[in-house]
Amino acid sequence: MKEKLEQIKAEALRQIEASDALEKLNEVKVNYLGKKGELTAVLKSMKDVAPEDRPKVGQLVNETRAEIEKVLEASVKKMERAVREAKLKTEVIDVTLPSKKNKMGHRHPNTIALEEVERIFIGMGYEVVEGPDVEKDYYNFEALNIPADHPAKDEQDTFYITGDILLRTQTSSTQVHEMEKGKLPIRMIAPGRVFRADEVDATHSPSFHQIEGLVIDRHITFADLKGTLAEFARELFGENTKVKFRPHHFPFTEPSAEMDVSCFKCGGKGCRFCKGEGWIEILGCGMVHPHVLEMSGIDPEEYTGFAFGVGLERIALLKYEIDDMRLLYENDIRFLKQF
Amino acid sequence: MNTALSWIKAYVPDLTCTDQEYMDAMTLSGTKVEGYARLDKNLEKIVVGQIKKIEKHPDADKLIVCQVDIGDEEIQIVTGAPNVKEGDKVPVVLDGGKVAGGHDGGPLPEEGISIKAGKLRGVPSNGMMCSIEELGSDRNFYPEAPEMGIYIFGDDVQVGADAVEELGLRDTVFEYEVTSNRVDCYSVIGIAREAAATFRKPFVLPEVTVKGNDEKVEDYISVEVQDKELCPRYCARVCKNIKIAPSPKWMQRRLAASGIRPINNLVDITNYVMEEYGQPMHAFDLDTIAGHKIIVRRAKDGDVFRTLDGQDRNLDSDVLMICDAEKEVGIAGIMGGENSMITDSVTTVLFEAATFNGANIRKSAKRVGLRTDASGKFEKGLDPYNAEAAINRACQLIEELGCGEVVGGMVDVHGEMKEKVVLPFEPERYNSLLGTDVSEQEMLNIFKMIEVDYDAEKRTLTVPTFRQDILRQCDIAEEVARFYGYDKIPTTLPNGEATTGKLPFKLRIEQKARDIAEYCGFSQGMCYSFESPKVFDKLLLSADDPARQAITIANPLGEDFSIMRTVPLHGMLTSLATNYNRRNKDVRLYELGNIYLPKALPLTELPEERMQFTLGMYGDCDFFDMKGVVEEFFESVGMHKKAVYDSNAGRNYLHPGRQANIEYEGTLVGYLGEVHPEVCDNYDLKTRAYVAVLDIPAILPFATFDRKYEGIAKYPAVLRDISMVVPKTVMAGQIEAVIAQRGGKILEDYQLFDIYEGSQIKEGFKSMAYSITFRAKDRTLEEADVASAMKKILNGLEGMGIELRS
Repeated sequence: MKEKLEQIKAEALRQIEASDALEKLNEVKVNYLGKKGELTAVLKSMKDVAPEDRPKVGQLVNETRAEIEKVLEASVKKMERAVREAKLKTEVIDVTLPSKKNKMGHRHPNTIALEEVERIFIGMGYEVVEGPDVEKDYYNFEALNIPADHPAKDEQDTFYITGDILLRTQTSSTQVHEMEKGKLPIRMIAPGRVFRADEVDATHSPSFHQIEGLVIDRHITFADLKGTLAEFARELFGENTKVKFRPHHFPFTEPSAEMDVSCFKCGGKGCRFCKGEGWIEILGCGMVHPHVLEMSGIDPEEYTGFAFGVGLERIALLKYEIDDMRLLYENDIRFLKQF
Repeated sequence: MNTALSWIKAYVPDLTCTDQEYMDAMTLSGTKVEGYARLDKNLEKIVVGQIKKIEKHPDADKLIVCQVDIGDEEIQIVTGAPNVKEGDKVPVVLDGGKVAGGHDGGPLPEEGISIKAGKLRGVPSNGMMCSIEELGSDRNFYPEAPEMGIYIFGDDVQVGADAVEELGLRDTVFEYEVTSNRVDCYSVIGIAREAAATFRKPFVLPEVTVKGNDEKVEDYISVEVQDKELCPRYCARVCKNIKIAPSPKWMQRRLAASGIRPINNLVDITNYVMEEYGQPMHAFDLDTIAGHKIIVRRAKDGDVFRTLDGQDRNLDSDVLMICDAEKEVGIAGIMGGENSMITDSVTTVLFEAATFNGANIRKSAKRVGLRTDASGKFEKGLDPYNAEAAINRACQLIEELGCGEVVGGMVDVHGEMKEKVVLPFEPERYNSLLGTDVSEQEMLNIFKMIEVDYDAEKRTLTVPTFRQDILRQCDIAEEVARFYGYDKIPTTLPNGEATTGKLPFKLRIEQKARDIAEYCGFSQGMCYSFESPKVFDKLLLSADDPARQAITIANPLGEDFSIMRTVPLHGMLTSLATNYNRRNKDVRLYELGNIYLPKALPLTELPEERMQFTLGMYGDCDFFDMKGVVEEFFESVGMHKKAVYDSNAGRNYLHPGRQANIEYEGTLVGYLGEVHPEVCDNYDLKTRAYVAVLDIPAILPFATFDRKYEGIAKYPAVLRDISMVVPKTVMAGQIEAVIAQRGGKILEDYQLFDIYEGSQIKEGFKSMAYSITFRAKDRTLEEADVASAMKKILNGLEGMGIELRS
């Protein structure tokens, strides 16, 4: 009996060894371990074995089964691995073929610049507010210290609709609406469309965008204005950006300034981009004129503030090196796709 | 404003700095320098030479050979110039030198022109005699230069001297951008005062003394100002025995550098004083002034007046006029009249230095259609005190230049002169506004330089009258800041109450709209808010369409920019057409922009501004792609209910069979459709295009960023498919309405999965198939539940003429 089992085992192992496919291994399994297989047949013939030998023979059969199973299992695993590997080899692809993209659209460069500016100021605790494009003369001019006969009214070449309704020439008008609400302190930026009677060319457009900023609180100083805008410039143009404040004049601020930033192309050494000056003019700003505060019902003895106005197109043109303003309103997809 | 640095230095004699240093320092103290140009650019090795001998060239008819004394030697120069003779003193550029331009004028080459010794037709020539054009200027500024040929000096110059210096070209002209509040800086004296303060050097005003004769000006002229509000001050002086001649070179050079062409002594003096003091002056020929009387009054409506440029000007009663006893002789502050203009035969001159109401001059100049150098200054509102200084300065120059004899005295008519502004000196206030720690003494030093007087006893500051911009303490603070240095002010951040940064809900929704549009392949465009009234016809709007009620701009750039848009499609279609005609394929654009809807016309109150989310596309796409974008957007802003698409939108600009109004919970929130082919033709868009417009204000009440988890279904769903033959007139939306209405609580979802029209289906019908999902939240559905719901649905559908297929 023992020899027979040895023989079965040897034959089974030989067949396993000779198998070159999973199906053949399965055949071996069926032939030796299955219900009608050879080992089962041995067990079935136990009735011919002497009762005292039965446990021993049973044990032998089980040992043999276990050994065959073990080898068989290992072979199956090995075989499966080989099959998978062969399959993987047939599935090689050319990874340099073109991609399948969800063809996403692109934001307008103005909006990209605007969202940058909004991100910076929201981070500093400013609220974004909006004001009307079609505006009362009072909010665009008078409340900003530009009375009826002021020459600045001509300089800005305003589009009028009626005697006292116009297309706003500056987002500064939103300052006034915000101050009139009477909620202090104020930290706001107001982006929006503005209009001036300029013919369309590479550097002018009758319609463009500004972002107005306003801070009103107790003890606000010109030094705060400088610090805030220097921080803004570093965030927008890079941390090595330097700023320069030059005295200027605006009717609604006093003292007033224009801010230049060191050229972010050459770092201030002077290049074609900054016309050799090393500096680029970015915005106008100043301390809110006390008369402007008074007109909006804020006591200038208690509160001070600063304001600034940035041209959005100016930032977009500079930052993305766009050389013609007309491109911004043509909406040619080949232009928009670059942003 | 352009001024030679040498003129500034006449009043700030200790000023020493490079051109660049001057530009930087002035700009930082508030007098912005736009740029500067050296007048001796590319002028090298040029001396005064004297022609000793002229001989004919042996080999060329048009050339001559000159022996020229250049001081330490004599050199030979061959020239073709027709105008030189022996003894002439001329500018000579030596071998290895440079000139600025060619002899025919024209634009100057950047690097100049190098001059080398050589031979002309075989005869050696060791330099070149120069014309004024070769020296970089022209006869406008050097009227004594000949029309053709070499510049010839007067006898007073030294042979061998620096010819560039002799011509007054060792100088730099600076261009200033003066801000509108600094009227005083539209003058050489004003800028010199700023320069002195900037560099902390003494400022020396010209000393003005007029001798005058023993006569009395009142015997020559009387002045009556009828409208003192429009003419706060009128000063008049008289000069007789006028001898018209060229003005001296130094005056010509200074005027030329300022861009003013020298004419003659009398004209040049008035121009010189206008530049120097910033006070325009006018000179009348006294013999043309009837009754020797000046009357300043308003014109009469309908008057016509011929100005000295020969043009007839229409006047009205808001225009201030200078008149004599009989007639109008000048438009105040703008231009004199042809009838009283100075000619070379003038003998007695009446000088006027007046100040006028700035706003009135500005308006008059606009109405009359004539803006002059003088009106440009007057309209800023000049200092009445300055008028007297200027007229005396002019008379002084008349005497010094030997131009005539000044009659004693001045006629001076003025109302009450404005008092000087006096402010308390509050150094802490200035420091606390600026965030600085400037000492009191430093502040007082600054005030002294800018002629703000300090009264130590009263602790007050008195502002000089020429500083019309200083009215309040903040203006004083600015003076402190300017001369202390903006760059020295520290940089700090505001402290105080913390505030929260916020983007309002509407802007967050707009941001979402951008995100979704871009995710769906649309790029953002921007269009103008104003457009042409022809747009309405291009969009086929009916004559009574309310969208035709648009706001008109009173002073537009042109008809194409004359009305505020009431529909957002014109910009979109124009942009799509631009892309199409540039052969860009598959274009998808969106815009977020306002339309402007007036409440009544003409406007009495501000219009309603409605933000429109407009999408447009052509190429590989159809109506349902656009509908998909709309729904993606709705879902992204929390609008999960089914929107209703009403095909009876009645929009003329859209394809009549391919348009829909979009309603959400009964509110019209937008529309979409294929653009009407005729509209496409109108925009030269030769392809099918699709648009959608969503009205952001209508969407806002439904939009939300709130989200709520509703659980994942635990019990199994039951699916039923129905297949139908449907009359073509029945729309999917109607079928879906029946399913939604009759499916009951257990209805979870329904999807159209097949639609077919064609030969297998009978005429006038289409085949449609829906898959319907039922599910209960709290139990496994029984067959009876589903059967009952299905029965209701099917009954409803049969009522619409729909046949069910097995």
